[in-house]
Amino acid sequence: MADAMEQLYQQVILDHARARQGEGELAEYGGESFQLNPTCGDQVTLRVQLDEAGDTIQALGWTGQGCSISQASLSVMYELVIGETVTRAAELGEHFRELMAARGQELDPARLEALEDASAFTGVARYPARIKCALLGWMALRDALAQAQVRA
Amino acid sequence: MFDPDTIRADFPLLGRTVRDGKPLVYLDSGATAQKPQQVIDAELAFYVQSNAAVHRGAHQLAEEATEAYELARAAVADFVGAAEDEIVWTKNATEALNLVAHGFLNASLAAGAGADGPAADAVSAAARDRYALRPGDEIVVSEAEHHANLVPWQQLAAKTGATLRWIGLTEEGRLDPETYSVIGPRTRILAITHASNVTGAITDVAQLVRRARDVGAYVVLDACQTAAHMPVDLHALGVDFAAFSAHKMVGPTGVGALFGRRELLEDLPPFLTGGSMVEVVTMESTSFMPPPQRFEAGTQMVAQVIGFRAAVEYLGALGMDQVAAHEAEMAQLMIDGIAGVPGVRLLGPQDSADRLAVVAFEVESVHPHDVGQVLDSLGVAVRVGHHCAQPIHRRLGVHASARASAGVYTTAGDVEAFIAGLHEVRRFFGLAESAAPAARGDA
Repeated sequence: MADAMEQLYQQVILDHARARQGEGELAEYGGESFQLNPTCGDQVTLRVQLDEAGDTIQALGWTGQGCSISQASLSVMYELVIGETVTRAAELGEHFRELMAARGQELDPARLEALEDASAFTGVARYPARIKCALLGWMALRDALAQAQVRA
Repeated sequence: MFDPDTIRADFPLLGRTVRDGKPLVYLDSGATAQKPQQVIDAELAFYVQSNAAVHRGAHQLAEEATEAYELARAAVADFVGAAEDEIVWTKNATEALNLVAHGFLNASLAAGAGADGPAADAVSAAARDRYALRPGDEIVVSEAEHHANLVPWQQLAAKTGATLRWIGLTEEGRLDPETYSVIGPRTRILAITHASNVTGAITDVAQLVRRARDVGAYVVLDACQTAAHMPVDLHALGVDFAAFSAHKMVGPTGVGALFGRRELLEDLPPFLTGGSMVEVVTMESTSFMPPPQRFEAGTQMVAQVIGFRAAVEYLGALGMDQVAAHEAEMAQLMIDGIAGVPGVRLLGPQDSADRLAVVAFEVESVHPHDVGQVLDSLGVAVRVGHHCAQPIHRRLGVHASARASAGVYTTAGDVEAFIAGLHEVRRFFGLAESAAPAARGDA
C-alpha cells in the first residue's frame, strides 16, 4: 500500500497542499471563475488580472476547499503560470490535461519538464476519480482567462 | 442463529481482493449492498427459464413471468407490512419519490386549468380535490434529507407556488422536535427520512405522523436506509407513501418500490404514461388502469423484480430483529473504535441509541477524499463526499465527510480493519503521534 500511496501523494503534492501558493482573494481582477466538483464537493473561486496589453498574467488568487490533490494542483498551477503569457498558460494547461489523460504514463520529457512540479501528478491519472480533483484549478484558470481577455 | 461469517459465504463478491491482493473490507452498504448468490441465482433462473414480458402475451412464458412478477410484489409488500396492491415497482427510490411529487403536480396543473380544462379528462376530480396544491400550501421536509427526498419537493413547490419549509436539526444532527411547529394548518405534505444516510439517526416517525394527521397532511417516508437494516412495518408506522430501493437491500439495481395506501394510489394521477398502464386509448384521450399498473408504464424490469423478491426472502430468513441487533453491535464497535483514534470526529449522534450502523466522520486536517483513498489502498471501501445530502453537511459544519456503513455481512474484523486504517491515514499524513493535530494543520 505504501508504494501506491507514496506514488500518488508525492512529497511535492503534500508540501503544496500544506503551504499553498497563490491562495487568497484578489481585490482587482479582470476575470473570475467558480468551479465545483459535485461528486466530492471540492470548490474554488479563482481570479486573474492581466497586464494592460492583456497578454501576461500579472496576478492570480484563489480561495476554496478540497482534497490535497485539488489544493496542491492549484498551488502548483499558480507557480507555473504567474508572470507567464496567456498563451503559455494555455499551453501548460494542455500539457497537464494530456498528463491526466495518460493513465499514469509519463509524457515526453520536454513537456514533463515544462510542467515542473505539476509532473508529480503523473500518479493521479491512475485514479480516475481523482483526475477531476487535479483538473479543478486548471478548469477555473481557463475560464477566468477567457473572461479577462474579453475585458482586456 | 445469526452468524455474519456464515452469511458472508453467501456473497461471492466479498471473497475477492482489491488493490494488489488486499482482502475486501466493504463498508459502503449505505450506498449499495452486495448481493447474495440467492439473488443472483433468482435473476439468472428467470433469464434461463421464464423470460418474457409481463401482463401481455398469451403464451406460457408470459404467464410464468407475470406470475413471478406478481408473487414478488406480494413478497415485498409482506416484507414491509403493506398490502400487495399498495406496492408499485419503480426504477429506484428516487423515481418512487418523483412519482408522488408528480402526482401532486399533475393534479395541481389540472386544477389550475379548471373543471372544463383540457386536463379535466386525464386527472379525475377526486385527484384534483386530494392532491392539487395552491399558493399558500406548504410542503415540509427536514434538513437531514437525501437530495432524492428534497429536490422533488423543492421543484413541486416552485412549480405550484406552494412554500417549502423544513424541520431543523439538533447539534448532533437529529431532527429537532423544537422545530416540529413548522408542521401547521397549511401543511399538505410532510416528506421525511426514516433514517439519515449521513448520521444514521433514526426518526421518531410516530410522533411526526401524529402531527401530520392533526393538520391533515400526507406523510411521505424515505425508507431507503432502514428497509434493509431494521424491521419496517409501513401500516404500523401509519405513513401514506414510502419509498425504498432493492439495491440497498441486497437486491438488484434497477428496481425500487413505492408504497402508497390503497385509496391514495386509487386517486393519484399517473407519472409516466404509455403502454401497459392504459385501458382504452383513442386519438383524443386515454383511460388508465387501476393501481399499481397505472404507475408501471412500459416494459418492466422483471428479472430485477424477481431478484428483489429473493432479496427480501433472504433478509426475512435472517430475521430483521436479528439483523437490527447485529448492526447495532457493529455501530457500537465503529463508534467506540473511532473514539479511540485521536483527531477523528464522529458526525451525528455520539451513541448507538436509535441509530443505524451508518457512521460519518472527519479526520482532522485530512480531506475526506484523501481519507477514502488511503483506506482504499488498504482494501477498506468507504464513501466520501457529501453522500447526496449537502444541507445536513452544512448544518454539521463540514463540506464533506467520509462514511462507513455496515450490512448483514459486516464482521467485527471488518470494523477492526477500518479502525486500523484510520490510524494509517493519520500516520500517512504525518499526524500519527501528534498530540495536537490541529496545530499541525494546513499552513
